[in-house]
Amino acid sequence: MDIVLALKEALESLNANRMRASLTILGIVIGVAAVIAMLAVGTGAQDSILGSISGIGTNLLFVFQGNLQEEVRNEQPLTMNDVNALGDVFQAPHVEAVAPVVYGTVNVTFGGESSSPEVYGVTPDYQNVRNYNLLEGSFITDENVNGRASVALIGPDVADKLFGTRTLLTGETIRIDGQPFRVIGVLEPKGGGSFGSQDNVVLVPITTARVRLLERDRDQVDIVYVQALNSDDVPQATEEISQILRLRHHSEVGADDFTVFSQDDFLSVAGTITNILTIFLGGIAAISLLVGGIGIMNIMLVSVTERTKEIGLRKALGARKSDILLQFLTESSLLSLFGGVIGIIVGWLIAFVIGKVATASGTPFTPTVGLNAILLATLFSTAVGLFFGIYPANRAANLEPVEALRYE
Amino acid sequence: MSKKGKAIVAKDLSKVYQMGEVQVHALCGVSLEIKHGEVVAIMGPSGSGKSTLMNIIGCLDRPSSGEYYLDGELVSDLTDDQLAVIRNRKVGFVFQNFNLLSRSSALLNVELPLRYAGNREGQRERAAVALEAVGLADRMDHKPMELSGGQQQRVAVARAIINNPAIIMADEPTGNLDSKSGKEIMKLLLELNQKSGTTLIVVTHDPRIAEETERVIQLYDGRVVDS
Ligand SMILES: Nc1ncnc2c1ncn2[C@@H]1O[C@H](COP(=O)(O)OP(=O)(O)OP(=O)(O)O)[C@@H](O)[C@H]1O
Ligand SMILES: [Mg+2]
Repeated sequence: MDIVLALKEALESLNANRMRASLTILGIVIGVAAVIAMLAVGTGAQDSILGSISGIGTNLLFVFQGNLQEEVRNEQPLTMNDVNALGDVFQAPHVEAVAPVVYGTVNVTFGGESSSPEVYGVTPDYQNVRNYNLLEGSFITDENVNGRASVALIGPDVADKLFGTRTLLTGETIRIDGQPFRVIGVLEPKGGGSFGSQDNVVLVPITTARVRLLERDRDQVDIVYVQALNSDDVPQATEEISQILRLRHHSEVGADDFTVFSQDDFLSVAGTITNILTIFLGGIAAISLLVGGIGIMNIMLVSVTERTKEIGLRKALGARKSDILLQFLTESSLLSLFGGVIGIIVGWLIAFVIGKVATASGTPFTPTVGLNAILLATLFSTAVGLFFGIYPANRAANLEPVEALRYE
Repeated sequence: MSKKGKAIVAKDLSKVYQMGEVQVHALCGVSLEIKHGEVVAIMGPSGSGKSTLMNIIGCLDRPSSGEYYLDGELVSDLTDDQLAVIRNRKVGFVFQNFNLLSRSSALLNVELPLRYAGNREGQRERAAVALEAVGLADRMDHKPMELSGGQQQRVAVARAIINNPAIIMADEPTGNLDSKSGKEIMKLLLELNQKSGTTLIVVTHDPRIAEETERVIQLYDGRVVDS
């Protein structure tokens, strides 16, 4: 019997047991849809997280106090003198710009409204290093920094929360931890909020932040953002930074008391984490596909038992083992193939809906259904159909014709 | 006559079923010869081994010992798949309980052996011709449930003759039919024998049916007592 006839007979037989076939297919649909949706969510999350890390700026290095790997005695904080040394063209030729930052969480109020954004004490260089654009107003100037001015730039989320608008806010006075600050501008939204919101922030001069908001020592810096000349210079810039700081902190021997982290390091760590997340989600979904496969096996076994007499008859009429095998394998493969195709569509829809819901609830990310996910699901579900179909099909093919005919 | 000239030559066939401790001897040393074109009835009390013998002759089952030649070919040595081909080409079965596929039309049921025969040319047409030959031209698209017992058995006869087999084996073909339709089925089978010289072997309890055959083989306790 050839494959066209086998397909025809399999369709006839599935059609004769429509309810049962649909339920079996449903099992596969759920499995495949779960795999597709989970992989899509994982990939979407990955894209969004990596995107928001990239959105922080370009060719960035982050320098902070302390060593994550080793215990260091006599740890020294980063200071403005360190920052100035890092910004020195002669000592660090591969560094484009340096932006020292102190940060913390504050309470911001205007009228009756209040909000708890992150406050960053920054210098004018911060704008370029972090790629901030303004909706209105102007960035913090050197005069602001030198004069410890009580001025603030507010992020779009803060503007929404306090004012319900993002325009014409320059000149308003807000209170940060109870102290009056004049708004000098509003930041443009950066989006991609999964890596700490970049829009729920308030920027003030670094000097003002130290003294009036965050109680830091006179020269202390929490993080230094360093921008390398271009992406190829990141390793050299890292090396230069390390040299300078070791020299300045007198720690040429022994462990460093600072850490230099590049954007690429973040990207690869985040990449690893999201990969694990994707595999984990996909793995859980795969289990339901497996359960669907067992459903196929179950139904096929029932079907073989139920049709023992028919199998005997077919053998009496000249069906060979391979004919019977083909017949039952075609049926189970069809079940899983239908399940796979419908599952891909349903999974796609689920991913789409998840994306819409996430966007509506303020975490914009786009689940991505990749071609590889579709191929994987199709292959996997067909393999499941074949694998779980083989045992029942074999059982049918090996029935003795007389025994099978006598079966009631 | 040589073995070649015979449709069936069986030598000392026996069939033993092992039921736990007990051995059931369904056939003990059955030898027989049936010529091409012969019409033979197999009779005997219930449990005498008629069906067992039929199944072996029809290549549905293998003897425990003994030699069996079908159309000159030693069948006991063949593989399962070779037996399947023989069942498909040389033998047509008619069963007591019809054994039709209930969800398929009469036409599809008759077509079934052709599907396993491998030639796809004009299957539908050949099946239709066979159904006409058994007088069911107007019932081709009916499912078995929509047919009377006699009509169902006619479909089964059409299915048995579709591949022009050398031998038709009918195990109590009239057992589930009233006497009128039983007679009609027998008439049909005998006509086939007359027209195309098909060897016909019928297992029956009905002496009136046996009367219409050329020879009666009597089985008793797994032995041929009269032939
Ligand atoms: N699969 C089997 N396992 C064990 N014993 C069997 C089997 N098939 C048949 N027998 C035994 O073999 C003997 C012959 O059985 P068989 O079916 O050939 O009888 P029969 O002549 O066709 O009877 P009936 O007229 O009632 O159909 C019986 O005693 C039966 O119990
Ligand atoms: Mg019997």
